[in-house]
Amino acid sequence: MKEKIKVIKNLISTEIQKQNISNINLMEVCGTHTMAIAKYAIKSMLPTNINIISGPGCPVCVTAATDIEMGIELASRSETIIATFGDMIKVPGRKKTLSEFGNVKIIYSPLDALALAQNTPNKEIVLLGIGFETTTPLIAATMLQAQKSALNNFSVLSMNKTVPAALEVILSSSDCKINGLLLPGHVSAVTGRNYFDFLSKFNAAGVISGFGPLEIMESIYLLVKMFSERKKEVINNHPQFVTEEGNQTAMKILFSVFEDADVDWRGIGIIPHSGLAIRKEFAQYDAKKKFKLHTTRIENPPHCLCGNILMGKARPNDCKLFGKACTPANPIGPCMVSSEGTCAAYYKYYL
Amino acid sequence: MNNSINLTHGSGGTQMHQFIKERIMAKLGNNILEKMDDAAVMENQKSSQIAMTTDSFVVNPLFFPGGDIGRLAICGTVNDLATSGAVAHALSLAFILEDGILFSDLDKIIDSIATTAKEARIKIVTGDTKVVERGKCDKIFINTTGLGFINEGISISSHKAQPQDCVYITGTMGNHEVALMKARELFDFSITTQSDVAPLNVAVNKLLSLTKNIHTIKDPTRGGVASALREICEHSQCTIKIFEEHLPVDKDVHAVCDLLGLDPLYLANEGKFIIIAPESSHSQIMQAFPQSSIIGEVIKTLTNNKDELLLETISGGMRKIRMLDTMQLPRIC
Repeated sequence: MKEKIKVIKNLISTEIQKQNISNINLMEVCGTHTMAIAKYAIKSMLPTNINIISGPGCPVCVTAATDIEMGIELASRSETIIATFGDMIKVPGRKKTLSEFGNVKIIYSPLDALALAQNTPNKEIVLLGIGFETTTPLIAATMLQAQKSALNNFSVLSMNKTVPAALEVILSSSDCKINGLLLPGHVSAVTGRNYFDFLSKFNAAGVISGFGPLEIMESIYLLVKMFSERKKEVINNHPQFVTEEGNQTAMKILFSVFEDADVDWRGIGIIPHSGLAIRKEFAQYDAKKKFKLHTTRIENPPHCLCGNILMGKARPNDCKLFGKACTPANPIGPCMVSSEGTCAAYYKYYL
Repeated sequence: MNNSINLTHGSGGTQMHQFIKERIMAKLGNNILEKMDDAAVMENQKSSQIAMTTDSFVVNPLFFPGGDIGRLAICGTVNDLATSGAVAHALSLAFILEDGILFSDLDKIIDSIATTAKEARIKIVTGDTKVVERGKCDKIFINTTGLGFINEGISISSHKAQPQDCVYITGTMGNHEVALMKARELFDFSITTQSDVAPLNVAVNKLLSLTKNIHTIKDPTRGGVASALREICEHSQCTIKIFEEHLPVDKDVHAVCDLLGLDPLYLANEGKFIIIAPESSHSQIMQAFPQSSIIGEVIKTLTNNKDELLLETISGGMRKIRMLDTMQLPRIC
């Protein structure tokens, strides 16, 4: 593999030199790519005029403090157990994090939460629904299963989001300098390649990529090549898993339970049509309705540049708090919270 | 109810003496311990230096695949002694027991202590037992202190790594922590990973009988191999470069790390050493620790306190490795 990567590394350098490219900005949309790029030290193999910028695709990072507050409100009740993916417990709310509560249980699959509900009938199990198009069908399937088994002590606090609207916000901003997007293979496996055809409206090309170092390097090469040829296509470089139409069954399941909604992204704000709310037919599984949750919107902490970082307009090093007041042990902004966050990846691998 | 510990077992009276005699001495007794003096008196060894170390063990659960708190309490301390090149000579053993802990559990733990101490060829020469009320400790806490003697001509420390030295690990990484995570039911993938908890002092003694030319031995427990190597870089003021493709990781540990987003370089080990030595000691290291592999080398003296620990990734890229800042989630303790 090392040899193959070396070949691609040379192809990229040659293309940059041959076409006399002075500067190209590529954004990896997804947190899994952020981590993989850092872990495999991809940047150390690229010419310095390729800027790799991290995007808004870390689901934990973009979870709004308001949503965390709702989780905390639920965790404060004696009758509930909160079931959540690990990283969520560190995300700061207004004053506290979920890690301070004893009734928060880390799960690895939404189905674990369902099993928990079946095994502890005297408790209310609330699953924190986070994730994009990849994870959400599984959460939807879990809710359908709950309905089928007539479980009445299970609900979901939906913080689920979708990728396109956030990308549109980034790409349509007047100071956007992004030339190409590295698109997530797992999301695309569900949505299909054509889901990203809307990118043609903007000045950016896209390549759907897997998460291994070879695939990432190949995809970067394809983006550089399209840039030099002035092409604006969405190439599927993960064809073993991604089809043109995607997994229609999964998408149907997703939209049978969820519907399009305007939601709050941490550091960015409310983005129209960027989130998923639970349909009213499933109100009994909607924790927001079941427990009548409402909180006022919480602003990002002052001096925190996460909003600009999530939009690809700033780098962690540009932030005054980065590595000083804001560290993985004491995260202030969302990008430091999750191990997939841009700041956490920079802190771990580049500082 | 006489199937569990109660407060009278810690009161200093007959029950306590009976407990110590029947359950501890019967299994761990030897000519020094059986004197039951307040201090153990031992023959003086004519060696140049004495090594001493202490450690407390509070693991949950008490029994896990591949080991238990008793085995851990012996191995942790004899391994710490072994990292200085000392021949382990004597061990103290102190229990803090929670009222209500079952004798059946305690007996199993003491059996395990006896077996492990025998394996490590070390005597327990003094000890203590305290019993605390329910809720004041978590079933059982153990403290062990170890004493050892360092033979002449041996000088091993984390300050002694030198440029051109080879960096070895004596087996696969992360088995202990993954086994514990499994025991804590933090995930339910079916894996057969066992803790690697084992005394390594006998193998170190063997190594040092073959060659004294060993610079550093380090026990990569909490914080894993990455944190241990960073510490060596700092103490020895050197840059170490390791190669991802040479890092030994079991299939199951690798799978768990992949699924949970953990880095095996940061996972705790209880039966593996990092050994740093010149190339000329290679065959002796392989003889004493046959499962060893070279994972990297000390490349240069440290400049500007930068670039202490470098990793060449499987893709050929290069990055720095930090010490563990926070606990990796999901947490293990």
